[in-house]
Amino acid sequence: MGYQLSREQFDSFLARLQEEYRVFGPAVDVDGGALADTDRITYKEVRCLGDLELNRKSYFSPKEIFYPVRETLFRFCQGDTTEPQIDGKKTAIFLRPCDINGIDRLDAIFLKNGPLEDFYYKRRRDKVRFFLIECTTGFDSCFCVSMNANRTELFDVALRFGDEILADVKSPEFEPYFAGLAQKPFEVRFIEKNSKEVRLPGVADITPDLFEHELWKEYSARCIACGRCNTSCITCSCFTMQDVSLGAENQMGERRRIWAGCHVNGFADIAGGHGYRQQKGDRMRFKTMHKIYDYYLRFGKHQCVGCGRCDDVCPQYISFAGCINKVSDVAAER
Amino acid sequence: MKNPFLPEKIKILEVIPETSIDYTYVLALDKEVKPGQFFQLSVPGAGEAPISVSDFEDGKLCVTIRKVGRLTNALFALGPGDFLFARGPYGNGFDYRDFAGADLKVIAGGTGLAPVKKLIKTFAGSDSVSSLEVLLGFKTPEDILYGDEVRAWVQSGVATLTVDKADDNWEGNRGLITGYLKNLDLSDRARCKCIVVGPPIMIKFVTAELLLLKVAEDNIWVSLERKMSCGIGKCGHCKIGDAYVCLEGPVFKFSEARRLLD
Repeated sequence: MGYQLSREQFDSFLARLQEEYRVFGPAVDVDGGALADTDRITYKEVRCLGDLELNRKSYFSPKEIFYPVRETLFRFCQGDTTEPQIDGKKTAIFLRPCDINGIDRLDAIFLKNGPLEDFYYKRRRDKVRFFLIECTTGFDSCFCVSMNANRTELFDVALRFGDEILADVKSPEFEPYFAGLAQKPFEVRFIEKNSKEVRLPGVADITPDLFEHELWKEYSARCIACGRCNTSCITCSCFTMQDVSLGAENQMGERRRIWAGCHVNGFADIAGGHGYRQQKGDRMRFKTMHKIYDYYLRFGKHQCVGCGRCDDVCPQYISFAGCINKVSDVAAER
Repeated sequence: MKNPFLPEKIKILEVIPETSIDYTYVLALDKEVKPGQFFQLSVPGAGEAPISVSDFEDGKLCVTIRKVGRLTNALFALGPGDFLFARGPYGNGFDYRDFAGADLKVIAGGTGLAPVKKLIKTFAGSDSVSSLEVLLGFKTPEDILYGDEVRAWVQSGVATLTVDKADDNWEGNRGLITGYLKNLDLSDRARCKCIVVGPPIMIKFVTAELLLLKVAEDNIWVSLERKMSCGIGKCGHCKIGDAYVCLEGPVFKFSEARRLLD
């Protein structure tokens, strides 16, 4: 059902929503940028329409809302383990189609890869509801259309923001919030062309010699293994276990998991001082192949959704979109 | 919903020193296990790591651990009666049916013997394989694991043992394990099946040599090592190509493993 809301009506809707949901959206972290006097756009709790930043792209993805950067799995005390409880409130997130598709890629790893579901991911993810922000223009570095991630049906409510706000309420869970508001048919539109386009290599064109190709060497010289591309990516899901000791006598402590990144030193280390992918170019190859090749072999769609954040955040100005095109060019040459 | 990350508290029954830095822990752990599978073992506050099963029977399970890091240092401080934590088993392990009726060759380097020890014991005392030859390589005589059992296998003619380096007191074979591959009886190529376990560099050269000796790719199995954080296909550390070592491995046919480019 479609509805039309004034900005005041939208604010009172948000106020009521917050009684049952924690509400997140892209917002300005004033002076939160890496350089002096610069802001950072990131996902934060929002209270009113004015808190939402709809014109600038977020530096980080919304994944940390339900997949925390570090999460306590359980606490130890004298041989017993205790799992922490989580907030009982549900979570509403205002986000764009690429990010909803990105979360679908995370779901595949945490809920469908292997026979067991990830307990910690699932208990938070089950509480998440999607408020789609209509996105018909994208930003300079976006290439969601090339990645076939510009459209989605996986939303609860879709919204077009303007002088008035139009809402397509798909989930019955949210109909009561809109009861009594002016009805107006509304169908969300999706971006059909980005300013940036990438050419994906055919899956059959990825051959073993491509893994050894000299194109990866450039990245050994440029990448500094900071892992910003991993942490800003909506689809990067890797983590490492970490124990914290709070006292040896009673074996008190906790086990956490923290985000890990395939570009960061130590990711592929094994026991006894051995390690894989010591060259940073090999890490770029590993990440690229995961995003546009081997994830597809497992799950039938590409992992990368073309949000372009990795290109936005790289301190070395490495372009992942550019890398995909290089792989395509090399694959096509042969 | 069950939480697969929660470990069980497990009692240590016995600690057997194998070398100065490798100890075998006998644990009171009664689970259905296959050789080649692994557990995520942990000591609260010190961490968690994947460790291969080296042996199991009658409700006891053995793991052989080398003292190389924070967790294994903490493990070495534990003795009989102490507890550690475990979850698993994970991974595919070896499927005995793959080797029924085969001329089985097990080629193990260093701590690579641990994940195949139970398999060797099982096949050495059974006629489910047509024949069994074991080739074992260690760095020095001091690094030899499971000394009594290895000596028994050598004396019974099942195993050939070599060390890379030794002083003059060593009367056995010397030199890299690859140098002894040509002594294996590979006459019936169709029936010959090889298992190769060891450090990455050893697997690389042994499999290359076996292929030169005309053993088919489909008749070679390898066990790959990765430091997985979860063991259940989530953490990403063990992904190679489109495979997760914790789910599809750690045991792979070589024809599959060679396709996995790291």
